[in-house]
Amino acid sequence: MTTRADGTVREDARPPDDAVRPAVAVNAVGKVHGRGGNAVVALDGITLTVEPGEFVCVVGASGCGKSTLLSLVAGLDAPTTGTIDVPGGTPALMFQESALFPWLTVAGNVELALKLHGVGRAERRERARELLAAVHLADFARRRPHQLSGGMRQRAALARTLALRTPVLLMDEPFGALDAMTRDLLHDELERLWRQRGPAVLFVTHNVREAARLADRIVLLSSRPGRVVWQTRVDTPRPRRIDSPETAAIAADVTARLREEVRRHGG
Amino acid sequence: MAGDPAPPTTSAGDLRRDLSGLDALELAGAARERSRLATVLGALWPKLLALALAVLVWQVVVWSGWKPDYLLPGPAAVARGMVDIVPTGEFASAVATTMRRAVTGFALAAVIGFVLGIAVSRIRVLRAALGSMITALQTMPSIAWFPLAILLYQLTEGAILFVVVLGAAPAIANGVIAGVDYVPPVLVRVGRNIGARGLGLYRYVVAPASLPSIVAGLKQGWAFAWRSLMAGELLVTIANRPALGELLDVYREQSDSLHLIAMMIVVLAVGLVIDALFGQVDAAIRRRWGMTGG
Repeated sequence: MTTRADGTVREDARPPDDAVRPAVAVNAVGKVHGRGGNAVVALDGITLTVEPGEFVCVVGASGCGKSTLLSLVAGLDAPTTGTIDVPGGTPALMFQESALFPWLTVAGNVELALKLHGVGRAERRERARELLAAVHLADFARRRPHQLSGGMRQRAALARTLALRTPVLLMDEPFGALDAMTRDLLHDELERLWRQRGPAVLFVTHNVREAARLADRIVLLSSRPGRVVWQTRVDTPRPRRIDSPETAAIAADVTARLREEVRRHGG
Repeated sequence: MAGDPAPPTTSAGDLRRDLSGLDALELAGAARERSRLATVLGALWPKLLALALAVLVWQVVVWSGWKPDYLLPGPAAVARGMVDIVPTGEFASAVATTMRRAVTGFALAAVIGFVLGIAVSRIRVLRAALGSMITALQTMPSIAWFPLAILLYQLTEGAILFVVVLGAAPAIANGVIAGVDYVPPVLVRVGRNIGARGLGLYRYVVAPASLPSIVAGLKQGWAFAWRSLMAGELLVTIANRPALGELLDVYREQSDSLHLIAMMIVVLAVGLVIDALFGQVDAAIRRRWGMTGG
């Protein structure tokens, strides 16, 4: 899928021919919200690639356009300038709120995603069952979203996101509203599922420790307008722990850079 | 990614146990739902108490001798009057006529309200042009339409239908518009992301998400339709076709306040029963969605 500044979305006819082709290629992308005197530059000349199977965390203070970036990569919005290439087709997107449909059961939510992609009834049932088992929600398939806790809802949303089997997952602060203990467990869970299934992940967060815990690579965005100002590779072996000294050291480094970036906006 | 090395921290089994323990703890606090019967009884007794109080006040006014008995009969006399009229063929045929008009008018209003609501919520020009006019139409007392309706349709079913539809359709349209407007944007984004486009987005996301508001609009539309219908039946009487509203006028002409009040109670009861049906549908949706407080 290619999204251009003019809003055209083109599904690629030819299959990805070479193995090194990135899963996501963001080329010199700018995004302006509004127009005239009210125009706000959200993103300015962002260039960013995500390799197949790579876990990239984008961190930044508020106003860095992290969510805008994900909307653009998901094809929900068109960039003002530049192009975005996602050769594997529309990536699956997950939000801070679970955004499960309250009128469907947990299984129904997962099955709807499959139904909209033309998967037959029997296969839908089977795949939803398998996905809910993978996120440890097999016993809650017939419940409605409001009958689950926040962490369980995020796991259900993760199952729905994985249902599409897209080569790229986009995650917009998916654990931002959870308590620390639930969040730590979901980090373990996400890491496990990612290693099993191998999608590329573009994960947006303002939580630096979370980024150090999860990422292969951390990308720091500046604020107003958003630009890539720094990136670093994280080579800590997996599975990781959020309270390990390695993770803490990386988080401290990223925090220092982030503070510097935020200070530029002060008096 | 296959062939995980021996994890130094949580194994898959530990993780599963941690998660299920946390799930159990978080769900344990959730309030157990009361039985259906207990809910119904709990909601019923305040209503019965209020009804008893109203009847008592009525009886006290009658006892005070404010008006003579033949003008303002007491509850017991009216109850006997009700027993007189309800088994008659005239009453049955009046109920049938009125309900047929109510159902036809409400159904027509629902169709028009839906089409109008969807058109206004979809098309920006229409919203600018008609949005406020629909609300304005709702504030117009429906009885004020009757003189024109009678000129246009004479004393026919058409005149009644015209006013019932005008009374109910704006409320239904407003329910649809509000429903579509207040679909949480994140649900639309998710819907598009998981592959719902065009009509599919409406079918699988927008329509179900606006259902509570649409039901509220239908409920309000019913109240308007019923009021308009009673006004219509008082004004537009058709020979040899008794109707509930018309019977009110017949009893008034005969100075028969006993049966007049009995008939008013019937009109009130029909309105309340149907309102309660909408209330049930509304409550069922809220239960399913977890919109009930608590």
